[in-house]
Amino acid sequence: MNIAVPAGQSESWDESTGLARLVHPGEVDVSHGPILYIEDISVSFDGFKALNKLSLTIEAGELRCIIGPNGAGKTTMMDVITGKTRADAGTAFFGQTMDLARMNEPEIAHAGIGRKFQKPSVFESHSVFENIELAMKTDKGIWRSLFARLSAEQRDRIAATLELIGLADKADMPAGLLSHGQKQWLEIGMLLAQEPKLLLLDEPVAGMTDQETERTAELLNSLAGKHSIVVVEHDMDFVNAIARKVTVLHEGSVLAEGPMEQVQNDERVIEVYLGR
Amino acid sequence: MGGWLLPRLAGLYGTRGWLALGLFGAAMLVLVPVLHLAVPAGSALHVSGYTVALVGKIMCYAMVALAMDLIWGYAGILSLGHGVFFALGGYAMGMYLMRMIGTEGQSQSTLPDFMVFLDWKELPWYWAGTDMLWYALLLVVLVPGLLAFVFGWFAFRSRIKGVYFSIITQAMTFAFMLLFFRNETGFGGNNGFTDFKRIAGFALADPYTRAGLFALTAAVLMLALLACRFIVTSKLGRVLMAIRDGESRLMFCGYNPLGYKLFAWTFSAVLCGIAGALYVPQVGIINPSEMSPGNSIEIAIWAAVGGRGTLIGPLLGAAIVNGAKSWFTVAVPEYWLYFLGLLFIGVTLFMPAGVVGLMRQVKARLK
Repeated sequence: MNIAVPAGQSESWDESTGLARLVHPGEVDVSHGPILYIEDISVSFDGFKALNKLSLTIEAGELRCIIGPNGAGKTTMMDVITGKTRADAGTAFFGQTMDLARMNEPEIAHAGIGRKFQKPSVFESHSVFENIELAMKTDKGIWRSLFARLSAEQRDRIAATLELIGLADKADMPAGLLSHGQKQWLEIGMLLAQEPKLLLLDEPVAGMTDQETERTAELLNSLAGKHSIVVVEHDMDFVNAIARKVTVLHEGSVLAEGPMEQVQNDERVIEVYLGR
Repeated sequence: MGGWLLPRLAGLYGTRGWLALGLFGAAMLVLVPVLHLAVPAGSALHVSGYTVALVGKIMCYAMVALAMDLIWGYAGILSLGHGVFFALGGYAMGMYLMRMIGTEGQSQSTLPDFMVFLDWKELPWYWAGTDMLWYALLLVVLVPGLLAFVFGWFAFRSRIKGVYFSIITQAMTFAFMLLFFRNETGFGGNNGFTDFKRIAGFALADPYTRAGLFALTAAVLMLALLACRFIVTSKLGRVLMAIRDGESRLMFCGYNPLGYKLFAWTFSAVLCGIAGALYVPQVGIINPSEMSPGNSIEIAIWAAVGGRGTLIGPLLGAAIVNGAKSWFTVAVPEYWLYFLGLLFIGVTLFMPAGVVGLMRQVKARLK
């Protein structure tokens, strides 16, 4: 059967047949399960293959850890997902319908992919509360901002976010006075306030004390299920504490994937990590 | 909207802030005019015409410093060309005042004197309608506003920032100064406008008119302060500060800084224009030297001396620097520029938060 969809029509031609479903522009379609599909992505810089036919699928609500030695392509993969770097080949889809190759950085951010960079960046002269308020998903036009008032519901949401990241008692403190670990949490809170569908965290516990690392693990564990999260991390103890499923990258492609225990006992992974 | 606006406005300042503002209002709107007009000149309580003119002038400068603080102290955009907006507002008002001279000028013509000297037979097209006060007031707001909007649109859209932005604002005011120095531009060349006679039917030499202009300036200054306070305490103000502290981070939060910068920049320019329009009838002259790069740099010094990002600080800064200037230029005129330079270096090195910062430090130490 030859099905022609008229040009310019965003929804498919006939719902009653059950052959097609409605496509809502700008909304992530996770009806088939995965929120992120990456297939055969390759990126090379001056002949160096940073990513080599990388394929990866993240399910909605999943908390996935990505590990790998330096130069394995972890950060490049994040760059491709957020639109910072263009792939030479392969496809990357957000949900069923959004082709990430066709979107720029703000569009991808707007569609619901939030990214935390390695270095914490919060607004240091604003209070912790105001940091979350600025990040919160809302109308960000000028006039709205001039006359903006927080509704009770928005206040509750900010309070809930502060509770979640453990900074409720520091709401009125300037963010610049927070410790390194607390700034990292605040930034995770700011990401959550943007209500992203998918969170990408690049080394969230780098530079944290053991205690702070532990708290972060608790935080991410409590988020799992409600949010889809991808964590890139070096700290194996931390990965152990949060990982349900681990992906090991090596030389730009997936070396092994599975539960932590299985991956740790994988011959090839041991070889890559221990250089045997 | 009405239900929340009133408490919002009342919350702009605390009790002591409103009290200070009330005292300032009572002094400037009632006390000074009464002491100037009703108390005889010989009395110790008499406020002289010189003082009224000086304080009126300083209040205009304070408004410019306020506008500077909004864009520099809050949005982190240092303009070294704010003098051009002040001067354009002044020129717009000056055009009206020139037309109001009527046939009482030296040439006894309906045309302004300088046009008669240039042997012009009729007013240039852009002088049309300037004999109407409402139209002149419209120009006072629209001309600086439009210039700032167009300039800001191109500069901010091209993401010109920091020192590069400061340099092109400096170039802009310099270019305008050269343009206004030309006789052919139609604004009186290097002499500018002067010899004004009356405003809205009132003689400018009349003490009552002068007292009225003085009180009007004080009222507008207070309104401008409250408007700026409204902006910086709103979410828009917090976005401006976020632009200052981390513009790219803010973009990741989903904000487009262009509109925010453009709003603050244009609003700031309009405030300068209004200040210029109040300045000209009180000082009695406007000429292109108001657009000189040095003047614009001085505006930045006022804001820095008072304390950036505090609104009230730059008001104090403008008063302190200009008060000192009027004393120096009478007592030891040759040392004024040295003093200004030293002041700026001293403030930058020892008082980065300005006078307001110093007061806060003292207060904290006394506790």
